[in-house]
Amino acid sequence: MLVHSRKGKWATWAVFFVLFLPLFALPLLVVLAASFATNWSSAFPSGFTTGHYTAATRGESLQALTTSLVTALTASLIALVVGTWAALAGHALKKRGKRLLDALFMLPVAVPSVVVGLAILVAFSKPPMLLNGTRWIVVLAHAVLVTAFAHQSVSAAVVRLDPAYEQAAASLGARPSYVLWRVRLPLLLPSLTAAAGLCFALSMGELSATMMLYPPDWTPLPVQIYAATDRGALFTGSALAVVLMTATVLVLFAVSRIRTKASYR
Amino acid sequence: MTGGIRFDRVSVAYEGTTVLDALDLAVEPGEVMALLGPSGSGKTTALRAVAGFVRPAAGRVFIGDRDVTDLPPYRRGIGMVVQQYALFPHMRVEDNVAFGLKAQKVPRGDIRGRVAEALEMTGMAAFARRHPRELSGGQQQRVAIARALAVRPGVLLLDEPLSALDAQLRSGMLAELARLHRELPDVSVLYVTHDQIEALTLADRIAVMDRARLRDVGTPRQLYRAPRTEFTASFVGNANLLPVTVGADGVVFAGTELKVPTGGAARGATATLCVRPHLVGLGAGPNALTGSVAEVQWRGATHRLYVDVGGHRVKADLRELQRPPALGDEITVHFAPEDAVLLSAGVAAEDTAPVTAGEAAPVTAGKTAPVAEGVTRDG
Ligand SMILES: Nc1ncnc2c1ncn2[C@@H]1O[C@H](COP(=O)(O)OP(=O)(O)O)[C@@H](O)[C@H]1O
Ligand SMILES: [Mg+2]
Repeated sequence: MLVHSRKGKWATWAVFFVLFLPLFALPLLVVLAASFATNWSSAFPSGFTTGHYTAATRGESLQALTTSLVTALTASLIALVVGTWAALAGHALKKRGKRLLDALFMLPVAVPSVVVGLAILVAFSKPPMLLNGTRWIVVLAHAVLVTAFAHQSVSAAVVRLDPAYEQAAASLGARPSYVLWRVRLPLLLPSLTAAAGLCFALSMGELSATMMLYPPDWTPLPVQIYAATDRGALFTGSALAVVLMTATVLVLFAVSRIRTKASYR
Repeated sequence: MTGGIRFDRVSVAYEGTTVLDALDLAVEPGEVMALLGPSGSGKTTALRAVAGFVRPAAGRVFIGDRDVTDLPPYRRGIGMVVQQYALFPHMRVEDNVAFGLKAQKVPRGDIRGRVAEALEMTGMAAFARRHPRELSGGQQQRVAIARALAVRPGVLLLDEPLSALDAQLRSGMLAELARLHRELPDVSVLYVTHDQIEALTLADRIAVMDRARLRDVGTPRQLYRAPRTEFTASFVGNANLLPVTVGADGVVFAGTELKVPTGGAARGATATLCVRPHLVGLGAGPNALTGSVAEVQWRGATHRLYVDVGGHRVKADLRELQRPPALGDEITVHFAPEDAVLLSAGVAAEDTAPVTAGEAAPVTAGKTAPVAEGVTRDG
């Protein structure tokens, strides 16, 4: 935002503090404080212990973290492949087909995720497509929910891609598949990693559809957090939440490192 | 692969608008053909029809003896350089140049040598390990040319390759391109440009295009010395286009008898006389015209005078004058009879051109510019 006058600058900062601090930063700070606290009777938690973390990083909780990471990575990968393929295919389509494809891929976003969860539960509970009770139904639901975002952001990048590159490649004798692997996908890499990061973050936090689908041996971290707070273990829940946040941020950071490398060209 | 390009009545339309109208043109093996015309005249479209990026609505395109109209671009065996170069930003210079060779599955052992050869030829060998973003515009262009030449194409398509460079670099690159073509005498080159200097310098023949149509084809000399149409006369070099009436032994312009070759034009016909401004001299002489000075422009080496003769502007480019005339001064200018050309296209419907439009693809009378277009251009 370009704000030039001194007063305008002050106003911007004031709005930022009034909105951002209570709405975004403060709740997170309270969770962070709670994760170290022993006692929470007044407005803010008090006392200090790292005991919640000892619990949050072993046994069932550690299992939940790996479950979340594996689910999110697998779902993002599926979403990225399907979303990219659809974006590239859609780009080659005529106007009407493209619009239809876009609408189709936006559907899981428009429909509440509880409904998506229910739909998947109903659809995959009977043979021959019996996935209910396996971890795959969770991965599938996550993939369905995040593919829309992958498709959207890759689509936008495909449209921006200068056709001069693929034409130069074709004029040099490269067939379309070669052009795709050697020119188009490498040029799309920054957007692909951005899409992957977005999908990963969304999947790490997914709760509502997961709640309807997860089997006992595949409990992602958000479900664990929900269960902890539901039975009143607020401190444990906070510690788990901080672990979830940290893991997500670390992976996003790693992805953004690839991105800067990819765009520095 | 033998070179040569042939357009056989190629038409291209975008959403119902014809942007290339029945183009008939042949580029001989080893020939440099410039496609010259103003912006939007359909030059790039013609080039893209050869490359395979637009499908002609009608007509056939041949490369060598092959009808390539239905072939995808990657099977046409062309080299192409476009205005913005389109070097692959994620590859080093050497990988850019090797791209076509790898795509065409040239044996690994040969690739290194051919990349080195192409970079050597364009003087870019020292930059092989750089990325395109680390190169200047001129260097990027050399790499783009090296990349196109590495696949050893029979035909090379260049679309305004110099227009992104500054004037100084441009004349240097023109010389480079001429040298490259001497080193690769079998490659046919289709060179799209809107710059007459580039076309005159580089081309064996020039095809002049205007509004989706081919207007003229000929050697630079033919088109410059004896243009057939007003459009060609004004687009290839500067021109005075004087409305005249054909007389007994010359023409009449603004009430003045001028002695010029009429080439058998019918008496009494109206026509256009083309006189190059730099062939107009100051003072009395043959074919003298008297008028008042309307404008004086100093251009360093020359003075450009605009003289009003009987209501018509006559341009004269004179070597820098010690004492240039003032506005409104009454002066006389003249030109030699052999320096004037009566534009044939304006004289008769038949093709009575003093110059036929090039042997390979004669332009028929139906395709010449309408007489009454009144093109006035100034460079
Ligand atoms: N992809 C396209 N879609 C619609 N019209 C186009 C397209 N490309 C070019 N044109 C039109 O075709 C005409 C000729 O364009 P072009 O061949 O690029 O001209 P030039 O290269 O001589 O400047 C122009 O009027 C241009 O607007
Ligand atoms: Mg063009």
